[in-house]
Amino acid sequence: MSGAPLLEVRELAVSFNTEEGSVRAVDRLDLDVAPGEVLAVVGESGSGKSVTALTLMGLSRGPNTRISGSVRFDGIDLIAARDEELRRIRGERIAMVFQDPMTSLDPVYRVGDQIVEQIRAHRETSREEARSRAIELLDAVGIPDAASRADAYPHQFSGGMRQRVMIAMALSLDPSLLIADEPTTALDVTVQAQIVALLRELNRARGLSVVLITHDIGLVAEVADRVAVMYAGRVVEQGTLDEVFYDPQHPYTWGLLGSLTRIDRPRPERLPQIPGAPPSLLSPPQGCHFRPRCAHEFERCAQVPDLEARLAEAPGHLDRCWLDPVEKRERRPIEVDGS
Amino acid sequence: MRGALARFAARRLASMVLVLLAVSLLVFAIFNVLPGGDPAVRMAGKIPTETQVEAIREEWGFDEPVYVQYVTTMEKLFSGDLVSYFTQLNVTEEILKGAPRTFALAIGAAIIWMVFAIALGLYSAMRVGTLSDRLLTVLALIGISMPVFWLGILLSHYLGYEAGIFPTGEYVEFLDSPTQWFWHLVLPWFTLAVLFIGIYSRVLRSNILETMDEDYVRAARAKGLPERQVLLKHVLRNSLIPIVTLWGLDFGAVIGGAAILTELVFSLQGVGQYTAEAIEQLDVPAVMAVTMYGAFFIVIFNALVDIAYAALDPRIRLEGRRQA
Repeated sequence: MSGAPLLEVRELAVSFNTEEGSVRAVDRLDLDVAPGEVLAVVGESGSGKSVTALTLMGLSRGPNTRISGSVRFDGIDLIAARDEELRRIRGERIAMVFQDPMTSLDPVYRVGDQIVEQIRAHRETSREEARSRAIELLDAVGIPDAASRADAYPHQFSGGMRQRVMIAMALSLDPSLLIADEPTTALDVTVQAQIVALLRELNRARGLSVVLITHDIGLVAEVADRVAVMYAGRVVEQGTLDEVFYDPQHPYTWGLLGSLTRIDRPRPERLPQIPGAPPSLLSPPQGCHFRPRCAHEFERCAQVPDLEARLAEAPGHLDRCWLDPVEKRERRPIEVDGS
Repeated sequence: MRGALARFAARRLASMVLVLLAVSLLVFAIFNVLPGGDPAVRMAGKIPTETQVEAIREEWGFDEPVYVQYVTTMEKLFSGDLVSYFTQLNVTEEILKGAPRTFALAIGAAIIWMVFAIALGLYSAMRVGTLSDRLLTVLALIGISMPVFWLGILLSHYLGYEAGIFPTGEYVEFLDSPTQWFWHLVLPWFTLAVLFIGIYSRVLRSNILETMDEDYVRAARAKGLPERQVLLKHVLRNSLIPIVTLWGLDFGAVIGGAAILTELVFSLQGVGQYTAEAIEQLDVPAVMAVTMYGAFFIVIFNALVDIAYAALDPRIRLEGRRQA
């Protein structure tokens, strides 16, 4: 990674006050996204991925939310920013695509108008100008007959087409960062591939930086430049796609990669899985959050390991595990190609 | 798109005619056919003479077959020369005299209850869980539980009789004096509106809270829309759709003469009051006529609600006929 990152997250912590107590959804999170880069944030449900995404947009703010740390986007501190300042950035410079395109469009307005609305919330343009821009965008994301489809209502589109509309909307003001929160989860497999290809193309053609939030390892392998693995509110491993996939350092990442079935190998008797369940964030385990499920736990795990580089040859490859790297390679149960 | 809506409206209005036909059969059955004594005697009033009863039997054709009776009854109801045997007054004329008063009451009250309900519902939802939200909950409950006649009498006594701010009753023709017309209607409007403000503001509050959790509201914020626009254009617009249904039904009922108590307390001489008096005197022709009158407005507002619903929610229109 070279040059200043576009997005720099340091020590981000988000906790919610609930009736049962304080839930620390995101804990000391560090992330960097370089211009033009695709960063995949991977983890299972409840690992804090979506809260992270919403926090980056300033959408998790509320009376019961406590947010600390810093999020610098192109020199602006998004945590300290005032609501109005954030509003101007949202949609204009950072855009977001949500998981469920079936429910993310307002059912009572035409899709073209919903794009126009976003453009006009940020730019002083006429309705007509904004509309022709909206049609241009719908066309660019592969919606056939865009000019007449702009007048259709969301329920008149299929799931994949709606996600294209969402992406067109996200692109409407030429943002420099796109946050895609599980953009393909709600879609059919064939449609997923189309949406992935579209995101990839936009990233390459426009130099758009993407934070891709997902639990789909296959999707990560296809599009990500770098990967951050999240577990129970913390990033446990971060590095380039090759580093994380071919030399995983954290036992949780091993489990995640090990639970993939491979099309080029004989099918296993049972799908491999990580034993146990993620901890409750109301009362997380002391020290490493993965400790209760980890086969390699030892005394030091009672302290929280920092997210840091532990491999001399890969200074950008960070992890939160106390095990010695040499020991890790010996203990690692999964086959690793290319290493 | 517009054509689809027009077709939908046409279908809906056609079915309305069928419903009215059914209502007319029901009214006819209840008053003329159901056993329970001689219909001619019932119609003649409290102390009829033999000749009167005979004349009525002749006039309404109670000796004829049932279908002839039905046709005769409908002819009488819709010809406009139905006369009450109790007051000797033309029933249609009496209803037409009362209708503008009832309309004035209903329209004013409906505007008041919608404005207040939207304002209070929105305010409550914005401040959910706070003291003011709880206070409004209690007020709404009081508004819903308060008997209309009691509230009407209290308002009329304290603000009318004691304080002398408002007139205590009676109706003034709009053309005679617009200001007096307005002044005389203020208390009736609020008396009628209070109940509906209570109900509607609660329903709207919970609709708003539900809508605020919708993905498209979060998406609207993510688009960087100003909060005001998110609230009014996306949250409120979607939350109001079910309210429109309620409003149409209640408004139709009030226009149809359901505001009996309010009309009585302030002696507005509207259709509601006419209905109450007709029932009290067992004035069968009058009761039949006001029943048909009320049914007409309830049915027509039901149809209008469905059409409005289709206009407000684009997903409705495609039912029955799928478009690409």
